[in-house]
Amino acid sequence: MDTFVQQLINGLTIGAIYALIALGYTMVYGILRLINFAHGDIYMVGAFAGFFLATQLGFAAGPSLVGLVIVLIGSMIIAALVGMGIERFAYRPIRKYARMTTLITAIGVSLLIENLFVAKLGAAPRAFPQLLQEQSYTLFGNAAISKSQILIFAVSIFLMLLLQWIIFKTKVGTAMRAVSFNLNSAKLMGINTDMIISVTFALGSALAAAGGVLTAQYNPQIDPLMGIITGLKAFVAAVLGGIGNIPGAVLGGLLIGLAETFVVGYGQNVGVPTTFRDAVAFAILILVLLFRPSGLLGSTVQEKV
Amino acid sequence: MPILVKRLLAAFVIILLLIAINQYMSDEGLFGFGVPPYYGRVIMLAGINVILAVSLNLITGFTGQFSIGHAGFMAVGAYTSAYLTVYHAQTWEHSIAGVIGATAAHALIFLFAILVGGLTAALAGLIVGIPSLRLRGDYLAIVTLGFAEIIRIVILNIDKVGGATGFTVPGYTNFLWVGIFAVLTIVVVYNIVHSDMGRALVSIREDELAAEAMGINTTRYKVLSFVISSALAGMAGVLFGHYTQFLSTNDFQFIRSFEIIIMIVLGGMGSLTGAVLGAIVITIMPELLRRLPGDLSQYRLVVYSALLILIMLTRPQGILGTREFGLSWLKRPQRRPEGDKPVGDKGVPIAEQASRTSSEGRK
Repeated sequence: MDTFVQQLINGLTIGAIYALIALGYTMVYGILRLINFAHGDIYMVGAFAGFFLATQLGFAAGPSLVGLVIVLIGSMIIAALVGMGIERFAYRPIRKYARMTTLITAIGVSLLIENLFVAKLGAAPRAFPQLLQEQSYTLFGNAAISKSQILIFAVSIFLMLLLQWIIFKTKVGTAMRAVSFNLNSAKLMGINTDMIISVTFALGSALAAAGGVLTAQYNPQIDPLMGIITGLKAFVAAVLGGIGNIPGAVLGGLLIGLAETFVVGYGQNVGVPTTFRDAVAFAILILVLLFRPSGLLGSTVQEKV
Repeated sequence: MPILVKRLLAAFVIILLLIAINQYMSDEGLFGFGVPPYYGRVIMLAGINVILAVSLNLITGFTGQFSIGHAGFMAVGAYTSAYLTVYHAQTWEHSIAGVIGATAAHALIFLFAILVGGLTAALAGLIVGIPSLRLRGDYLAIVTLGFAEIIRIVILNIDKVGGATGFTVPGYTNFLWVGIFAVLTIVVVYNIVHSDMGRALVSIREDELAAEAMGINTTRYKVLSFVISSALAGMAGVLFGHYTQFLSTNDFQFIRSFEIIIMIVLGGMGSLTGAVLGAIVITIMPELLRRLPGDLSQYRLVVYSALLILIMLTRPQGILGTREFGLSWLKRPQRRPEGDKPVGDKGVPIAEQASRTSSEGRK
């Protein structure tokens, strides 16, 4: 039972990170029908922005809560700018072209960011400065929750609620929903769609950056290629929950995180090696898509001639 | 000249040419000239990439089904054939060498390995294709990507084929094999595209619902084209494994599938010669960028990805679009029923004209 609770906590921690990244995928897809393959790299950019902020501003010396907040917010802003820049210079000029073209461009942007970071910083992992005095609290029996895990839960819940508020209670959010419903009609209604798309990228990138910094607190090792597999799984999470659907992305992220942790924790008892950890996300995805192609919470769209 | 004679002649010339190049690329060289090993390697990989790109073009370029799982099928072919050549080839080769001679036995065994690799990849394509081709567009892309990753992780866990440490494979592949299979792939795909089946595939690409309404069994054709495409990818995997002589599952990550997609998008989706061109360009480009002066060569992959984005921004339909070049001599002469008058503009049969305009109109 203790191990079960422990696995649950660990799974939800990873799941929360996936959920934060998945939100960016789902928002961009909802509006542009574009799989933004570069989003996983934004998560990496966020982690590195946090790394440089922390070391340059002198927070690397020791744990400080102020430092953590500044690093978190700073990296979110930097990533938001990067995200907006990518949208402006790579995606906007080709928005009207075929889906395949935009997808290839997204892959190109992803490769560009990765290669740029590898060329500039080297592929070797770096240690992220610990901004939080690590400490764990014992819960039921032997199950423990660490301070960084609490941080992940707190920040991600806060950000998700904030996002929910932005989308449903503000004017920009209303415009975002309108654009995702129908871009051209939204434009006819006088919405500055380019601006809204920019804002969407900024929001998604900021969330991914938060995910990056939080992960770096939990598992303090960052490298330029860390975004590939995490990004892919977050994307799977977005599709699992129903892409374009915001609560779906969160649900998908948590499910993927849990499934992964349980495969590592219990898989061996039933003959599944721990290396299947990365496969389980895809296996679940395939099963869900085969029986419910629009995802768990997605609505089915009738195809019309 | 009758078309059959023309084709036989073409085949003969191609095979002679391949044998000459093969000799030129071997250690002995041709007339005292040889290709430096580095260039030889680039040429071999380009040839293998041509097979991959042309086969992916069948399912993605002509049928319009976006698959990001090509590397998975390549891996299936590479690993099953490597299992054969590593564990069984020697004994088999030995036992038939007495009957047909050592060289022939060597070639025969490798041919068998290629066929087995192709068949298992086709089987994998069937298993993956039947459920996933019901999905459309992006979902299909994701599912194929997922399947390819699963295939890779499953292989990673089979100790018999090396698992995570990699798998050392005997070297069978030379340029002749790659050349013959590249030409075969092009011919097979060309013939499919220019047959009834090809028409059906293109109609599925243009509008799946309309194709279905016209009585085309879309699922059947999609699965068929997916299976053929996988089989060819599997064969490319066999050639690749027996050329590099070392298989690691890292070679078959999804970035590899992306690379193949990039080739066909760059060359022009739905263009055979475009896929060939794209494969060659994408193989050579990173190598050329190695020559950038000084510090810049460190950034070659950065330049590579930047070029890719730039090409997409400036020429999104790819280098060739859906056009072909230099293949008109292969075309069957258009035979019309008696008394039929040319229709449409400039005597182009309506069907062909329609396909032209629709492919041009496609964005």
